Amino acid sequence: MRKIKHGKLAAGCADACCLKLEGLSVRLQGDSILEDVSFHLHCGEIVALIGPNGAGKSSLFRSILGQMPYKGSITFSPAGGPAIRLADGAVTGGKRPLVGYVPQAPSFDRGDPVSVLDFFTAATAKWPVWLPVPKKQRERAAACLARVHGEDLLDKPMGALSGGQLQRVLLALALEPVPHILILDEPLSGVDIEGEHQLLEMLDELRTQYDLSIFLSTHDFATLGQFADKVILLNKKVLRAGPPGEVLSSPEFYETFHLHMGKGGEG
Amino acid sequence: MELWYSLVSLLPFEWAQPGTMYFMKHALLAVLVISPLFGILSTMVVHSRMSFFSDALGHSAFTGMAIGAICGFNEPTWAAVIFALLFALLFNLVRRRSALASDTVIGVFSSTAVALGIFLSTLGGRSFTKFNNLLIGDILSVEPAKIGLLAVILLLVVLLWAVSFNQLMLSAVHPALADSRGVKVFWQETVFSMAIAVVVTLSMTWVGLLVINSLLVLPGAAARNIARNMWQYHLLSLVGAVAAGVAGLMTSYYIGASAGAAITLYLAGWFLVTFLLRKKG
Repeated sequence: MRKIKHGKLAAGCADACCLKLEGLSVRLQGDSILEDVSFHLHCGEIVALIGPNGAGKSSLFRSILGQMPYKGSITFSPAGGPAIRLADGAVTGGKRPLVGYVPQAPSFDRGDPVSVLDFFTAATAKWPVWLPVPKKQRERAAACLARVHGEDLLDKPMGALSGGQLQRVLLALALEPVPHILILDEPLSGVDIEGEHQLLEMLDELRTQYDLSIFLSTHDFATLGQFADKVILLNKKVLRAGPPGEVLSSPEFYETFHLHMGKGGEG
Repeated sequence: MELWYSLVSLLPFEWAQPGTMYFMKHALLAVLVISPLFGILSTMVVHSRMSFFSDALGHSAFTGMAIGAICGFNEPTWAAVIFALLFALLFNLVRRRSALASDTVIGVFSSTAVALGIFLSTLGGRSFTKFNNLLIGDILSVEPAKIGLLAVILLLVVLLWAVSFNQLMLSAVHPALADSRGVKVFWQETVFSMAIAVVVTLSMTWVGLLVINSLLVLPGAAARNIARNMWQYHLLSLVGAVAAGVAGLMTSYYIGASAGAAITLYLAGWFLVTFLLRKKG
């Protein structure tokens, strides 16, 4: 499945674009959510974030998106360029990197009168979608959806999409404009096996085509080895980071998931 | 107004004859301004699940009137508008800061506003009855200057819709996603709720406090039964509101009942029709 591996650098990250998290800590109403989280994310790399519920996965994403106050630093360095601080407004030494975000599938009511075209146009264009959407916008949305093989979804109501279709629409939106870093929050939950396979194939295509860093959270450990270059095991702190095989066979992984469940939910 | 009088005189009704029944002609024009206003706002009230909030706003508008009356203003409406704006702003702030569900926060605000209104209007043993007309409303009492004011408000709402509807819709669909695309979610919601506050307060005198919320809920709810995209949604909501507005006014004129209530009943009928026409499954 993997086509390129240029994200895997032997040492240093001077030659590739790189998102650096250093000593990241988040506190929320006195509770510690994240403690001293540090790792690098290179372009062309797919990194999976795993951890139990409440491990701070969403908070980590929200910090990168600049929606949550944090201590520590998050910087982005384009290949060979100077580092840029994210999410504090003070952009120096270059263009601020674009972060594409695919949220946990929002719940649409079946009866919501929002078509895929409405949703897409509302998020990417100035044209107010309570008026009939002009042909130009329609063609643009169709072109963006074509990136995820979803042109045929244009006139469907958002509420009528399957889990996999909804994820593809959200992915198409996150890719317009094409970001430097793509974040997906639990993209595989609520998606059937076929949809999951399609989605992973697509992510692999995208990172090859656009040289993106892809950062996603998942509970589906079985498929990790097929698509992830690196896995980060998080539970407030980074417990273990490395290639999928290494993390999934580590004592830390065992302790966080297996023993926990083996005791029938105690402790 | 002269233009309107001559336009109306083309209609084949007895009250439409030149030189007579000005109150009815005013009322018709007022309905033609108020009903699209509610038809438009209704789409997002229903979409962002704010029907309980707009109900609470109606109550706060009444309290504002009571405060205005106590302060001895000739036009307590303006005191009510200011009070409703503060109410909307404060509500959004508390909802943002608090961990409570939004319907709980609304309940707190709504009951406080109603209690304050009743307390103030009965202070010193005064009678509540002078506020009765606010509860039911009287569209026939509308004056040309007020219609002009409402027309300006309608224009402003259309402008707001043209500029920020997309962002408002995204905020309602998924706040975090909207934020990641640069939408200021808090301000979108606040400006929208303030728009509802102004519209509810200004039209309360003519529509009536007891039924005003139905005008904000029913057009959108009915349209939602059959609309499949935003354009259909707005069109159906708008057409439903205007048709029910005109039909309600005529009914109330010919058989003599509250226009606000008649309009609401027509809207309820429209809801039933779309409900039966809805695509099942």
